[in-house]
Amino acid sequence: MTLQAYLTLAAMLFCIGLFGVMTRRNTIGILLGIELMLNAVNINLVAFARYHGDVSGMVFTVFTICITVAEVALGLALVILIYRIRRTAVADHLDLLKG
Amino acid sequence: MTLASFPVLSVITWSPFVGALLIMFLARRSALLVRGLAVAATTLPLVLSIAIYVAYDREAAGFQFFEDVPLVPALGINYQLGVDGLSLLMVLLTSIIIFAGAFASWTVKVRSQEFYALLLILVTGVYGVFVSLDLFVLFLFYEIAVLPMYLLIGIWGSTGEVRPQGVFGWAFGRTGVGTKEYAAMKLTLYLLFGSAFILVGILALYVAGDSSSFSFLEMELTQFDPKLQSWVFLAFYVGFGILAGIWPLHTWSPDGHASAPTAVSMLHAGVLMKLGAYGVVRLGMGLLPDGTLQWSWLVGTIACINIVYGALSAMAQTDLKYVIAYSSVSHMGVVMLGAATLTEVGLNGSVYQMFAHGVMTGLFFALVGLVYEKAHSREIFKMGGFARSMPGIATAFTIAGLSSLGLPGTAGFVAEFLTFLGAWQSSHSWWLFPAVIGAYLTAIYVLRVTKQIFWGPPSPDPHFQHLPDARGPEWAALWILVAVIVLFGIWPALALAPVDTATMPLLNRLWVLQ
Amino acid sequence: MAATGDYALWAWLAPGVSFLLLSLVVPLRRSGRPAAWLSIVFSAGALAGAVLAWRATVPDMARRILWEWIPVEDGVLTSVGVLADADSTLMLILVALVSFLVQVYSLGYLADEPPPSLGRYYAYQSLFAFSMMGLVLAPNFVQLFICWELVGLCSYLLIGYWYQRPEVARAAVKAFWVTKAGDVGFLIGIVMLWSRTGTFDFSELFEMAQGGSDALTGLGLVMAFIYLGAAGKSAQFPFHIWLPDAMEGPTPVSALIHAATMVTAGVYMLFRASFLFEQTPEVLHAVGWIGAFTALFAATMACVQADIKRVLAYSTVSQLGYMMAAIGAGFASAGFLHLLTHGVFKALLFLGAGAIIHAVGSNDIFAMGGLARRMPQTFVVFLIGTLSLTGIPFFAGFFSKEEILGATWAGGLTMPFAMLVLAAFLTAFYMFRVVFIAFFGAPVAAAAGAPAHGAHGAHDAAHAHDAPATMTVVLWVLGLLALAIGIGFARSYPESEFVAPGWITPLAIGVAVGGIALATAVYPLRWISPEWLARRLSVLGEAAHERFWLDDFFALVYRIGILGLSRIVGWIDRYIVDGILNVLSAWTLTAGDRLRRIQSGQAQDYIYGVALGVLLLMVWMRWPR
Repeated sequence: MTLQAYLTLAAMLFCIGLFGVMTRRNTIGILLGIELMLNAVNINLVAFARYHGDVSGMVFTVFTICITVAEVALGLALVILIYRIRRTAVADHLDLLKG
Repeated sequence: MTLASFPVLSVITWSPFVGALLIMFLARRSALLVRGLAVAATTLPLVLSIAIYVAYDREAAGFQFFEDVPLVPALGINYQLGVDGLSLLMVLLTSIIIFAGAFASWTVKVRSQEFYALLLILVTGVYGVFVSLDLFVLFLFYEIAVLPMYLLIGIWGSTGEVRPQGVFGWAFGRTGVGTKEYAAMKLTLYLLFGSAFILVGILALYVAGDSSSFSFLEMELTQFDPKLQSWVFLAFYVGFGILAGIWPLHTWSPDGHASAPTAVSMLHAGVLMKLGAYGVVRLGMGLLPDGTLQWSWLVGTIACINIVYGALSAMAQTDLKYVIAYSSVSHMGVVMLGAATLTEVGLNGSVYQMFAHGVMTGLFFALVGLVYEKAHSREIFKMGGFARSMPGIATAFTIAGLSSLGLPGTAGFVAEFLTFLGAWQSSHSWWLFPAVIGAYLTAIYVLRVTKQIFWGPPSPDPHFQHLPDARGPEWAALWILVAVIVLFGIWPALALAPVDTATMPLLNRLWVLQ
Repeated sequence: MAATGDYALWAWLAPGVSFLLLSLVVPLRRSGRPAAWLSIVFSAGALAGAVLAWRATVPDMARRILWEWIPVEDGVLTSVGVLADADSTLMLILVALVSFLVQVYSLGYLADEPPPSLGRYYAYQSLFAFSMMGLVLAPNFVQLFICWELVGLCSYLLIGYWYQRPEVARAAVKAFWVTKAGDVGFLIGIVMLWSRTGTFDFSELFEMAQGGSDALTGLGLVMAFIYLGAAGKSAQFPFHIWLPDAMEGPTPVSALIHAATMVTAGVYMLFRASFLFEQTPEVLHAVGWIGAFTALFAATMACVQADIKRVLAYSTVSQLGYMMAAIGAGFASAGFLHLLTHGVFKALLFLGAGAIIHAVGSNDIFAMGGLARRMPQTFVVFLIGTLSLTGIPFFAGFFSKEEILGATWAGGLTMPFAMLVLAAFLTAFYMFRVVFIAFFGAPVAAAAGAPAHGAHGAHDAAHAHDAPATMTVVLWVLGLLALAIGIGFARSYPESEFVAPGWITPLAIGVAVGGIALATAVYPLRWISPEWLARRLSVLGEAAHERFWLDDFFALVYRIGILGLSRIVGWIDRYIVDGILNVLSAWTLTAGDRLRRIQSGQAQDYIYGVALGVLLLMVWMRWPR
């Protein structure tokens, strides 16, 4: 399979993830979207690693996965705390920083 | 230790600031201590300014009482102070007005500590502008003179009511026209807007002089490119002119003066507006002779508009403070006209009017403050026959009014007479006619107001019976200002001798190019 | 020469010292009568100084510069000084004399005033005397103008003495504004003259005129402007409207300021500057015509007035017109002579009227009657004054009036001459109308319950009596002086500058007698009834009664023209000029409000923004390639 195919797949995944982040009401849904975006990045990195024959791309991928995991843990913890306090997980209701 | 070796100008400039600090730190509890410190902080500069006025060497002329301390040598910024005949008179004016103003504010009840402190800081800025010989430092002091205005008017000012009318009326409610916060914000923003133009002009001259120095004396010797001079002069004219109240950039003035507390109005109309004119003369005419020659027609024509328009507007007002505020706009027109004539008598008349009008309007605002305190109203047409119950205030008001309309025997006459002579001598002789018509219109509205409030039938309103005359420290402000008006009306040479030594060199530089 | 200058200086400064003392030493002023005496004493000193100055004059001008007032780089712009020649010292005597007499008279007339007000009155009187003398002695146009304005100020202050009455306050302000309008012209003229000649000084200008200097050519416009000042101050048409209203002031003030001295300042100025006006005959021509017209115009209005002071006021306007006509004809000294004689007898008439008003409690001549019997002294002096004004031989006004008629004829102003002759007829008529109505016939008793004038004295004509000594003595002094002047001129006929035809004198006398005859026929003898006369001249009478609608016209100009314009400008400033500013401000506030909506507080909106921004960046970076 050509490089473009992988890159196209990654781009599509990224856009789906971005769309999800921008439009989903539920915060966990937003986090899922973020996950998708991050995984799309991973696919990109691996594809380039394979294309250039360079291992450092894979190393980056491992980094990314670790950070993703940490971020998801943190994100979910925040969502649970917010739910405890505000009784809602809907992003539209969290507008305390409104100007 | 002679006067020359002692840093007189710094003492004059900074003693009000020191006074402000002392007031803030020491006088928390005692209102009397606040006032005592304020009076001391204004008396010292008054005494010193009279001393340097007398000690100024008129033969030698030029800038005297020189001080020079390098601040940022790399950029050419020095703390340079000095006075010549022109700034000498302005320093004297400032010290007289703030001295009277300290007494006129005696009855400020709310937070008098902060009030006096801010007032004194403001005065430091004013002194600083008049004595600075470095443009950067001048600008610094200028900002110090403008910024406390916002707090002074916004906190201690008075709110009025304005009903929106006309095609732009929808904007009036939106912006809160008539409130003191509105007046404070408008004044401060407008003046800062002007200072932007000034800053651009100063920087332009700095760069054109090879970025070597902000020193006024060095720039005086530099020949700037005429095209540069042309737009820099305009920048200075607009920037300083806003402060001087040129039409149509004057509308901050009526609301600002009317809403401000008494001493602030005295200082602002009496001194700060002169700062604007001083800036035009000192920086505009002093540094940019080609620019001056090119734009003098504009300065003079707008001045004529000021004179007549201001007088007509004053005639239409029903609030006493607004009458005097518009009267200031009109008289500043005389100042700018005198300068625009580029003649000896005209420029001398302009400077004389800066002084005469400063004292006269200071007196007016002090009196209005007193009337307001006693009668609790500023509505002219509700008052009447006050001369019976407050003859002292009535007399002082009449003298101020006579100076305003240029009656001989008052300082206002000398100023206007010289300006009229200059106007006819100038290259735009027609300027004489609006000027004289403006003086006539002034006679109409001043006497109309004086007659209505003081020298007429008593008002039927029960609130206005048995009003008291001025008391105690209130007299101090009145009699000092009246005495100065009469003194400089009878003895013009007292002011003209030093001033002429400053205006002639300035004009000689201009005439060489004509 | 030095002696004249010294005496004149002391005469001038004496009232100034009095004013300073009275204005600064408040307890003195508030004490009333002591203040009055102080002022009177200094005034007497001024009179003595004036007489000594006149006697010590030498034919040359005695000029003393006291103070270089406004310095300029190459010298001095203008100075303060004294120019004491024969003419100015003569005028000085008139001013000092009438001022002194009026101050003495006022002690009696204003005896009921509260002491602080009386002190204020005498302070103003002192200031007036000081200013008027400064005007008379002025060696240059600037000092003249300064004192001119100060005199106007005193007029305003003194007319407005009883300021608590609305018509008084209005009259004072009107006097100031109308004369100031003339002063505006005067100032413009002075400025232009200086610009042309480089000097304000009379002596220097005189030398330039003698030497035929080029600078003095084409001065028409300049002298016209300077004339405007005189027209305002001396109540020439149409500036005359302030003088009748000025009668609201106390009668001694009317006698001093609005008869003898201040209003004559315009005439005096033209007389002093006549060497300049000779350069502009076209201006003089206009002066003559306006003067004659004023004389006739005011005389017609005097015929229908019921207020005795207003009759005298219009009479003053008329006589000022006479003086101006003589100047316009080119014979300024004739005008000046009439100024001096008129000063004496008009002051006499006003003070006499004051005695009547004081006694009767009203200005209305129809509230008087039969006063010849009840107030004999007043009757005699008033009659002397009237005969002087009418121009009967052996009385003061005869010679000077005749001189003016001769001057006008000799100067070639024929139509103005006719106007003056007609005015002389009317003068005799209206003055004797007053005499007959007020002094003859049956006295009018006041209606029951009418308010009394003054705490003491009578309340109506039926109970009138002669005034107290302070007033009567003054009346006699002036009366005898008028007689003395008349007889003096009759005995030693001074030379005229012109040659007048012989029929002028008989014509003048004839016209005066004719006027008296008509008045006699109408009033005491009732051969012609006043109503018949009024009907025959109904249109003119109506117009005269309404003062030819001029006051109304100017009031309209003021109210609609000036005040209306001011309201428009004030409205424009607040709602248009400031309105634009407020619009800008409102737009800024609104823009700020709208921009606030970007800060929705929703995290997803921000992410949307970030994504958009990144996209734009990418596009922009890829664009050139």
